[in-house]
Amino acid sequence: MTAAPLLQVEDLHVEFSTHGGIVQAVRGVNFSVDSNCTLAIVGESGCGKSVSVQSIMGLIPIPPGRISAGSARLRGREILGSNLIDGRDVRGSEIGMIFQDPMTSLNPTMTIGAQIAEPLQVHRCYGAGRAREEAIRLLDSCRIPEARKRAGQYPFEFSGGMLQRAMIAMAISCKPALLIADEPTTALDVTIQSQILDLMLDLQRETGMAIILITHDLGVVARMADEVAVMYAGKIVEHGSVDDIFYRSAHPYTCGLRSAMPVNDRSRQAELKPIEGRPPDLFSPPPGCGYAPRCPHAMNLCEREHPPEFTSGVGHYSRCWLHHEMSRQRPRELHFRAAAGEGA
Amino acid sequence: MSALVETIGLTRYFEIGRDQRVHAVEDVSLAVAPREIVGLVGESGSGKSTFGKTLLGLYRKTAGTVRYRGETLPDRYTPADFRRLSRKMQMIFQDPYSSLNPRMTVGEIIGEGLRLHTDLSKKEVNGRVSSWLDQVGLSGDHASRYPHEFSGGQRQRIGIARAMILEPEFVVCDEPVSALDVSVQAQVINLLAELKESLGLTLLFIAHDLSMVRHVSDRMAVMYLGSLVEVGAADEVYFEPKHPYTELLVGSNPEPDPEIERKRASATIQGEIPSPVNIPPGCRFAGRCPKVMDVCRGVTPELIPLRDDDRLVACHLYT
Ligand SMILES: Nc1ncnc2c1ncn2[C@@H]1O[C@H](COP(=O)(O)OP(=O)(O)OP(=O)(O)O)[C@@H](O)[C@H]1O
Ligand SMILES: Nc1ncnc2c1ncn2[C@@H]1O[C@H](COP(=O)(O)OP(=O)(O)OP(=O)(O)O)[C@@H](O)[C@H]1O
Ligand code: SF4
Ligand code: SF4
Ligand SMILES: [Mg+2]
Ligand SMILES: [Mg+2]
Repeated sequence: MTAAPLLQVEDLHVEFSTHGGIVQAVRGVNFSVDSNCTLAIVGESGCGKSVSVQSIMGLIPIPPGRISAGSARLRGREILGSNLIDGRDVRGSEIGMIFQDPMTSLNPTMTIGAQIAEPLQVHRCYGAGRAREEAIRLLDSCRIPEARKRAGQYPFEFSGGMLQRAMIAMAISCKPALLIADEPTTALDVTIQSQILDLMLDLQRETGMAIILITHDLGVVARMADEVAVMYAGKIVEHGSVDDIFYRSAHPYTCGLRSAMPVNDRSRQAELKPIEGRPPDLFSPPPGCGYAPRCPHAMNLCEREHPPEFTSGVGHYSRCWLHHEMSRQRPRELHFRAAAGEGA
Repeated sequence: MSALVETIGLTRYFEIGRDQRVHAVEDVSLAVAPREIVGLVGESGSGKSTFGKTLLGLYRKTAGTVRYRGETLPDRYTPADFRRLSRKMQMIFQDPYSSLNPRMTVGEIIGEGLRLHTDLSKKEVNGRVSSWLDQVGLSGDHASRYPHEFSGGQRQRIGIARAMILEPEFVVCDEPVSALDVSVQAQVINLLAELKESLGLTLLFIAHDLSMVRHVSDRMAVMYLGSLVEVGAADEVYFEPKHPYTELLVGSNPEPDPEIERKRASATIQGEIPSPVNIPPGCRFAGRCPKVMDVCRGVTPELIPLRDDDRLVACHLYT
């Protein structure tokens, strides 16, 4: 019997009541993540990536939001809805979080150093002086030059890349076991993105923390992830190791995403194949597979019945009827990379 | 090669206070051949948008020349110049949210150029608007709706229709897909490629997504802190970069292929793009360049052709 994963999320359902009705933003999501491991969550805008992790962190506004079902256990203990374990808040101590826009978690009226020192004083009972020194050390370890001087500055004096580093310094200050990063580099240049991603990998190597990385950039996934969850319309439609997702994709949506992106392969001037149409409206989610209206392989069944998880390998599953053992349409063409003569 | 559009020493500064000026674009010479797509890449703040806007006369030039079909364009446009040139040269903007006037209907937005710059009747304008809505994959009855009713990809199509309805020859596309989802990016890129073929367009394609620029462009120009550092065939520049900056830029670009990512050594560039205010002489990349030499700090390298190669590089390693 293996030990419980660091974080295990099961059957998470989240909805929002709005003027137009109830948005079913997250519709039964399962995933887990272990120490030393990076799970990437990918998918297009509005598919529920942020809401999934925000509900774990107690960050969705209730109301209009509501966690209608599910559980999230940190080392086996439920944190959904309370975020307290033995009366201690796990946010900021056990789980750190960084966002696309650093200003959503930074206070413009406080110096950077004071903001990083604060969680240390709250969660780790550091005295003011010791917390300040630790903040400077953290800024330095996040490769902020002249950390001592920078600690005394305000957020407006920092560039976007520097703010992102400062936010990482704050998120890891209490040595969290898990770092959740929601599109941490989407607003940055590739050069700065590269620096931030390297920093995250180095910190993971040093501390063994688990990372959940939300992104819509498959390049970032390829660089960072051990495991990947592909989300579509509020559900995880495929889950597997990074190689499963890139070399043995089992879901038409995953394949669609990949062929919509340019590939830097000199020998192949591949055309971009867009996914036509748009994701379904989550006010009245379809009864069957959410991808059916856009899917080139859709069968009659797909629109009516929601596909369950079909296993394609160890730790690799996809929600697609093509993988039903009785399906006539073998999903061979899904492995288009192999079909395109990889290695030939 | 006889260029359709050519800039010679194009320069644009912004005065931001006493003795404080932003060297947003400095001495940029770039020629774009008819029906060519030139991609312009570079980090945020490197001057890509300013270059595009100055080229089109939306910003006044500080120095330098723009030629269109051999004709030197005036330094300051009169209303008549705008009227004439905006039918030939157009721009598609980055942000599909803020670049469309929320109080105008989609039909009014797309038809505005025709109303301002031609003598077509209202009926003719409406006819062209609905034909362009159709060409960009929207439907004629979308004309009476407002921008907020559309998705990002649809708004970008509206922006494209607005630029294309004047049937320009040359279009500056400033980050036309950066704000869109991957699946939608491909739709818009393919639409641009089709229009390029059917209308014989010439494009300056500005973006910071190197993979997309390589995919779209015939040639690629790399900009750093207001100056061009390398220009050449898109594939050559991407796969065999010569300038140290291009090398690091390509090295930072994440490839959607885990095997490639595992194999390659991290080639992360140090530091950040400095402020373009009051730039010191010498190579602008000297502060971050791993191959910097003494000469780099004193002498500004010129953009010169390499031997045996159809490529321009501005670096003392090649002088
Ligand atoms: N406060 C809210 N009120 C109403 N609906 C909301 C709220 N927050 C999120 N939603 C809805 O929940 C759905 C999922 O949103 P979420 O932010 O998780 O998407 P995402 O996958 O993170 O997208 P992106 O890539 O754009 O960040 C969307 O349809 C969104 O409109
Ligand atoms: N109106 C202005 N006044 C003062 N400075 C400006 C103005 N417009 C641009 N700049 C400055 O000129 C430089 C070049 O800006 P520009 O917007 O052209 O860069 P860019 O390469 O398009 O960047 P991005 O990728 O972020 O769009 C920047 O330092 C910018 O701050
Ligand atoms: S279940 Fe059907 S519609 Fe959904 S992805 Fe699979 S084949 Fe396509
Ligand atoms: S001129 Fe010198 S500093 Fe500039 S890129 Fe070349 S080697 Fe580097
Ligand atoms: Mg999000
Ligand atoms: Mg710009």
